[in-house]
Amino acid sequence: MDFNFSIIIEYADLFIKGILITIQLSLYAICFGTILGLLIGLGKISKSKWISFPFKCYIAIFRGTPLYVQILIIHFCVIPLFLDSTNAMTAAIVALSLNAGAYIAEIFRAGIESIERGQMEAARSLGMTHVQAMRYIILPQSVKRMIPPLGNEFVVLIKDSSLAAIIAAPELMYYARLMMGQYNRVWEPYLTVAVIYLVLTLTLSFFLNRLERRLKTV
Amino acid sequence: MIEINKLKKSFGEHEVLKDITVQINLQEVVVIIGPSGSGKSTFLRCINLLEDISGGSIHIQGKDITDKSININEVRKSVGMVFQQFNLFPHKTVLQNIMLSPMKVKKISKEKAQEKALKLLKKVGLEDKANVYPDSLSGGQKQRVAIARALAMEPAIMLFDEPTSALDPEMVGEVLEVMKNLAKEGMTMIVVTHEMGFAREVGDRVIFMDGGYIIEENKPVELFTNPKEERTISFLSKVL
Repeated sequence: MDFNFSIIIEYADLFIKGILITIQLSLYAICFGTILGLLIGLGKISKSKWISFPFKCYIAIFRGTPLYVQILIIHFCVIPLFLDSTNAMTAAIVALSLNAGAYIAEIFRAGIESIERGQMEAARSLGMTHVQAMRYIILPQSVKRMIPPLGNEFVVLIKDSSLAAIIAAPELMYYARLMMGQYNRVWEPYLTVAVIYLVLTLTLSFFLNRLERRLKTV
Repeated sequence: MIEINKLKKSFGEHEVLKDITVQINLQEVVVIIGPSGSGKSTFLRCINLLEDISGGSIHIQGKDITDKSININEVRKSVGMVFQQFNLFPHKTVLQNIMLSPMKVKKISKEKAQEKALKLLKKVGLEDKANVYPDSLSGGQKQRVAIARALAMEPAIMLFDEPTSALDPEMVGEVLEVMKNLAKEGMTMIVVTHEMGFAREVGDRVIFMDGGYIIEENKPVELFTNPKEERTISFLSKVL
């Protein structure tokens, strides 16, 4: 196997562009996915079956079907219903956020349910409303416990954003495929992006670990 | 002050409270004793509606708290509760534990809430612990903070759910001492406990519960020295 570094250098600019788009995609999905996840998670733990049912369905659908399929459906079927022309970046952000929302909802639910029942009872017995008890007592405690699984989900999101290449969103994987097409080489593009993804996820893990340690000492 | 009429509570098929009718007067200290599973704790938790009741009625200061139109949070403001497991908020300091509800529920200013909290901490003998987290307190100290936290809402009634049962024996005394002082100040209190000494010394009335019923109630001296019901006699012979 001969490894041609010169074509990687030739593609360096495009890879950097791709990295920026990958980071952008991931950040959007992390933000929207977290907000969505909190809402869906709170909806799912509702005592009323009528409220919790649609949220349970949402989670079942998005966790039970491949992200690959979700991206294709959202890009080619759903987005055209609302916009005149479909847009790969929009579709990728929407698909990744909706998908992440389902997983993050389960993280929020587990985090909230892991807080002893006595905490809610103490807060309520002091006259707080359910919402106040959630906001001041339950959520601040559960967020600490959610950091490790949330970090995990964020790492998964960075990696999964590579699937957006199939709808030609110009992220990292897209340029790898471009390079493979142009030179008909496999090792150089795929190994390069593998290393770049590894660096991205390790960097994120590093910061999450530090955050986790800092929260522990508080 | 509290009027409970034909109170019933079931968990699914299991009927825990069968027919509880009792009145509690202003400034009275009522101690509830009985074997575990007799429904004492459930009874207490019904009084501030931590449990939905299955039948009967509860009036507090003349208000029917089981009426759907009543704001349950308003009711709870006037009913303080102390739990067996303390249930302090671990992510807040002792002072914050006490200040939080007055600030958020009663909308009292931070300065006033803090002043009040420090006063209460002094009362329970823990003014030097204001800025530590509950984790670093002993069980007895935690329970005293929990009492201060409940008092910060200036409740008309205090409910104690086995407040010393999770404590090491040497710490029971300090918590009972705080409760005694509270009783002396004229707080209306309902105390579920296994501390017969406390019941005898501080209680105005002792209620013996078993199997979801009130079996017998009387002045402490009467009930302890001259119990009338078979089940009371058998229970007291085991615990005294």
